[in-house]
Amino acid sequence: MRAPDVATQVGPSAKRAEALAVSARGVSLTFQTADGEVQAISNVDLDIAAGDFVSFIGPSGCGKTTLLRVIADLEQPTAGTISVNGVTPEEARLHRHYGYIFQAAALYPWRTIERNVALPLEIMGYNAAQQRERVDRYLKLVNLSGFERKYPWQLSGGMQQRASIARALSFEPALLLMDEPFGALDEIVRDHLNEQLLRLWDQTRKTVVFVTHSIPEAVFLSTKIVVMSPRPGRIIDIIATEFPRDRTLEIRETPEFIRIAQRVRSGLRSGHSYDE
Amino acid sequence: MTSSALSSGRPAEIRWHPLIVRYAPVIAIVLAIIAIWYVAAVLMNMGIVRSGFEREETPYTIADLISGTLSAERPLLPAPHQILQTFGEDVFGWPVTSPRSLVFHSWVTLSSTFIGFLLGAGFGIILAVLIVHVRTLQKSLLPWIICSQMVPILAVAPIVIVVLGSIGLRGLLPKALISAYLCFFPVTIGVVKGLSSPDPIQLDLMRTWSATAAQIFWKLRWPSSVPFLFASLKVSITISLIGAIVAELPTGAQAGIGARLLAGSYYGQTIQIWAALVAASLLAVGLIGLVDLAERWVGRAMGART
Repeated sequence: MRAPDVATQVGPSAKRAEALAVSARGVSLTFQTADGEVQAISNVDLDIAAGDFVSFIGPSGCGKTTLLRVIADLEQPTAGTISVNGVTPEEARLHRHYGYIFQAAALYPWRTIERNVALPLEIMGYNAAQQRERVDRYLKLVNLSGFERKYPWQLSGGMQQRASIARALSFEPALLLMDEPFGALDEIVRDHLNEQLLRLWDQTRKTVVFVTHSIPEAVFLSTKIVVMSPRPGRIIDIIATEFPRDRTLEIRETPEFIRIAQRVRSGLRSGHSYDE
Repeated sequence: MTSSALSSGRPAEIRWHPLIVRYAPVIAIVLAIIAIWYVAAVLMNMGIVRSGFEREETPYTIADLISGTLSAERPLLPAPHQILQTFGEDVFGWPVTSPRSLVFHSWVTLSSTFIGFLLGAGFGIILAVLIVHVRTLQKSLLPWIICSQMVPILAVAPIVIVVLGSIGLRGLLPKALISAYLCFFPVTIGVVKGLSSPDPIQLDLMRTWSATAAQIFWKLRWPSSVPFLFASLKVSITISLIGAIVAELPTGAQAGIGARLLAGSYYGQTIQIWAALVAASLLAVGLIGLVDLAERWVGRAMGART
C-alpha cells in the first residue's frame, strides 16, 4: 500500500500532541466469499488524535472489528488510504507501534503468567533483566502481582484478560487496539475492569481504540464514540464526550451521560441496526 | 467396608475398598478370559490327545483326556499355565546372553525397535514440519505418505533387507529402517494436526508482534503440538515394535522375538511361540509406559492440570 500524504506531513517519529494516531480516508474492504462479495467496511473517513480513547460501537456485522484489524494490518483495505502513527499500518506493525487485545485472553496455557507477559518481549529481543523489570511493572499495573508463577487455568477470566492487557502493554506501544476485550466477562467484573482501564489510560497517556457493542461501556470509556451500522459497514455518527479523564462509574447517573447514550442509541437505530 | 451406616438403624450398605472398586472389573475380565482359554484349550487339543491315545492303544478316561489336553507337548492351543511355565524358563532359566534366553531375544528386538522408533519419529516430525510450512509439499507429499502405508510391509521387508544387504548394511540397521518405515506415519499425521492447532487469535497475536516464522514455530506451533505428538508416539512405539518383529521374520534372523516366533513355527513349538508373544506384549506395555512417563514429565513442565 502507498504511504498516505499524512505520513509526509507528520513524519513517523512525530510526538506532537496534535499528531494523529490513526488517519483513514475513504477506506473500504470487500471480502470475497463463496456467496460472492461482502462489503465489510465502506468509505470510512476517520481521524484519531494521539491520547484519545475512541470506541467503535455497532451491531454485529457492522465492520467495527474489521476496521480495527485494518488499523492493525491484519486485513488490507481494498480501497482508500490509512496511516497509523504517521506510517502505513504494515510499518506500524513491523515497528510494534500498537498492542492488540482480543476478546479471548489467548494466553499460552504452557506458560506461566509472567512468561506469557514476557512473550512479546522475548520475540522483540529484550534481555532477561529488561523482561523481568517490564513484567513486574505491568503485572503490578493490572493488579496481578503475586500471580507470576501461576498458569492461566489457575486464574479467573477477568484476571486472564488483565494478564493479556499487561502483555500488550509490556512492550510499551503508543496505541492499544482492543477488540471487545471484556465481552466475555460478567457485568461486575466488566465495570471493575473498565475503571481500571481508564486509570491505566490516564496514567500511560496511550491512545486506545476500543471495539464494543455495549452502549454504557462506550459512553463511559470514550473521549470519542464512533457509531457504525452494517451492510455495508460504515460510520454514521461520531460523538465527542467531555467527561474528565479521571471519571468514575458515578458519571453514568449524570444527565450528560444519559444524553450521550441516547444519541448513540438513536444513531444505531437510524442505521437500521435493529431491523432484524 | 465400613460400619458407619449401622448407627442409622438401616441395614449397612456394602462399601468396597477403593482398590477393589478399581481393579475388580479388570480382574473379573482376566479371570473370564482364563476360564474361556482353558475350555478352548481342552476342546482344541482334544483331537490330538485322543488320536495319540488311540495310536498307542492305551485305554483312557475322560480325566486322562482332559489332563492330556492341558499338558500336551505340542498343543494347538497351549493352556495358560504351560505358557507361563515356558515363559518363566525361557526368561529365568538361561543366562541373558544365551540364545535360548528370551531376555536375549527381547533385547535384540528392543534395540532395533528403539533405533527404528527414533528414526521414524524424527523423520515423521520433520515431514510434518515441512508439510505445515510448505504448501506445495502438502499437496505433493501427502498422497505418497498415505500410499507408503498401504504397501504390505511383509512383502517389502525382504526386498529392503536384500537391497540393504547388497550394499553392506546388515544386522540392526535394516530392521530399524523397516520399523521406522512403519512408525513414522502416525507421528506425521499427529504432528501436522498439532502444528496447525493454534487458534487464529494466537497466530494473529504473533503477527501483531511481527514475530518471525522461526519464532512462531518454536514459541507457538511446536508447544501446541506436544499433546498431539505424545498421542502419536504412543501408537507409533508399538508399531515400531511390530515393525522390528516383522523385519526379523523374512530375514532368517538368528536372534530376536521374530526369529523366536519363526523357529517356534518351524518346529511346531506352539508353547514357545506363545511365550514369545507374551514377551512381545510385555515389551509393548513397557514401551507405552515409557512414553506415558515422558508425557507426564513434559506435561508437568508445561503446567498441565494434574
